[in-house]
Amino acid sequence: MILAWKQSYYIARKDLKAYYLKPPLISWGLMLPVVFLLAFYLRNPEKVAEVVPGLVALTLLFSTTSMAAIVITFEKRIDALERLLLAPLGMKTLIFGKGIGSSAIGASVGLFILFISIVAFGLSVSHWILLLLCIVLSTFSFACMGLLISVAVKEVFEAMTLSNFFRLPMVFICGVFFPFESLPKALQIAGFFLPMTYSVDILRYCLLNQGSFLNPYLDLAALMGFNLLLFFWITAAFRKSLREQY
Amino acid sequence: MTAIVEARNLQKSYGKLRAVEDVSFSIETGEIFGLLGPNGAGKTTTIRMLSGLTVPDGGQAVVDGCDVIQDPVGAKLRLGVVPESSNLYMELSATENLIYMAQLYGMPKTDWKRRAEELLRQFGLYERKDSRFQGFSRGMKRRLTIAAALVHRPRIVFLDEPTTALDIMSARGLRKMIRELKKSGVTILLTTHLIPEAEELCDRVAIIVMGKILATDTVSGIRDRVKETEILDISISPFSEAVIDQIKEITGVETAAKVNSHLRLYGNDILKQLPAITGFLAKSRIDILSIQSMNPTLEDAFVQLTGVEAEVMKINKPQKPPGGSI
Repeated sequence: MILAWKQSYYIARKDLKAYYLKPPLISWGLMLPVVFLLAFYLRNPEKVAEVVPGLVALTLLFSTTSMAAIVITFEKRIDALERLLLAPLGMKTLIFGKGIGSSAIGASVGLFILFISIVAFGLSVSHWILLLLCIVLSTFSFACMGLLISVAVKEVFEAMTLSNFFRLPMVFICGVFFPFESLPKALQIAGFFLPMTYSVDILRYCLLNQGSFLNPYLDLAALMGFNLLLFFWITAAFRKSLREQY
Repeated sequence: MTAIVEARNLQKSYGKLRAVEDVSFSIETGEIFGLLGPNGAGKTTTIRMLSGLTVPDGGQAVVDGCDVIQDPVGAKLRLGVVPESSNLYMELSATENLIYMAQLYGMPKTDWKRRAEELLRQFGLYERKDSRFQGFSRGMKRRLTIAAALVHRPRIVFLDEPTTALDIMSARGLRKMIRELKKSGVTILLTTHLIPEAEELCDRVAIIVMGKILATDTVSGIRDRVKETEILDISISPFSEAVIDQIKEITGVETAAKVNSHLRLYGNDILKQLPAITGFLAKSRIDILSIQSMNPTLEDAFVQLTGVEAEVMKINKPQKPPGGSI
């Protein structure tokens, strides 16, 4: 059991070392949120703080999924994934390692954007522990989503394209730029099935002291549920894809 | 001697294609066992089933007493596997790659660096220990991939086409390393489509064609199976494949094949048919440069047993283009 945790940690550490400077991660995971932040600031400097929770959530989503989509797709392409499959580790250990590596990248970039916003726009965090838990749970959910995409594709550019097919609608459905409550009912229903909705709600609560449309602790519970669901989903999907490949 | 690896009636199909059909063999402790067959014969699928990578449709695989299907993690701990492609991590240095393997195999931290350096020295890569895998030559990549499979000191090593796509010098060096591994007590299963490689390295060989094992024996044992066969090796001017089919029509010629650009004829009493053979070649306007009678080699036995031409065995699998970066 302890060996499995350690193996996951080593997989994550290797991925961070090998992939943190890869172009898709820089362009989609770092530059996109920075450009959004600047665009909102230039448009309305007084009200930019209102979009910071959404932008932090967007950063978590894009940086985590970009990394997650790279780590398996690229290793499949160069056959390096076979090395991991030949090593004495279980499927859950492998997926957990890949997931936490991507989560660590997403959380680092998200915190970077958060700290810039706190310093530049004078925001304060009302519930640090809640916020950090939100970041941890959100990034792991997003990592599992990225890994699910990587199972379905062969090339890194395909992973990026397919990721955007899901990521961009989520930006509108999950209340990133518009309050979730103001969305049409049909979109709200769709939003309830996406983890990012709950991430944005907690971030608004922690950064803007705005009342959460759901209880923030229920948001956390929902995120935990998404983590479990997505983790078991990707583990099963990955196992099935390997059976077909090998 | 006791069996340390056992394949029992292994089967695997991909859709309608039966890749491996009822493959059984056992490997004894300390020997080099070869799976010899042309590309697409089912060698890699067999090695993947034995290493827990591919789940067989039927049969059983046992490695060092551990059932590979029931306990794949346990089996993987006992094995070192060198896949067909040199697939370490491009972005990591030679040392980092070996240390990463040591971590995954649960070796104690105090052992990581020492073991990595020991292997780098053993495989002549110590001078490049801090260079990225990406910048290595094909031969160096292959050596490091083998070193990576040995990090956790396995008693059993599977080598899938170890010398494919290597230049002559690198291949020769690698074969020497494989012999040294055997001397150190490691049991080796290697797949190859190169008959001389199997002849040079293997204690025993299983000939596999179209997913089926046709013969399992020592190299000399397999040669002995065709010792009654007389062989004529005829060096002639360039000839077409049609000649091979036509010459088989001559009474007494059991098999004909193209080997090293020569025409090789097999039969139990073929020397008596020499006038008919030379007559046929003259009639076909093919010049005879030399004729010699030969003792059967493993290559001849392979041709006799499988009907697969030796030339087919020399065709390398197309290599994947290097996928260096994103």
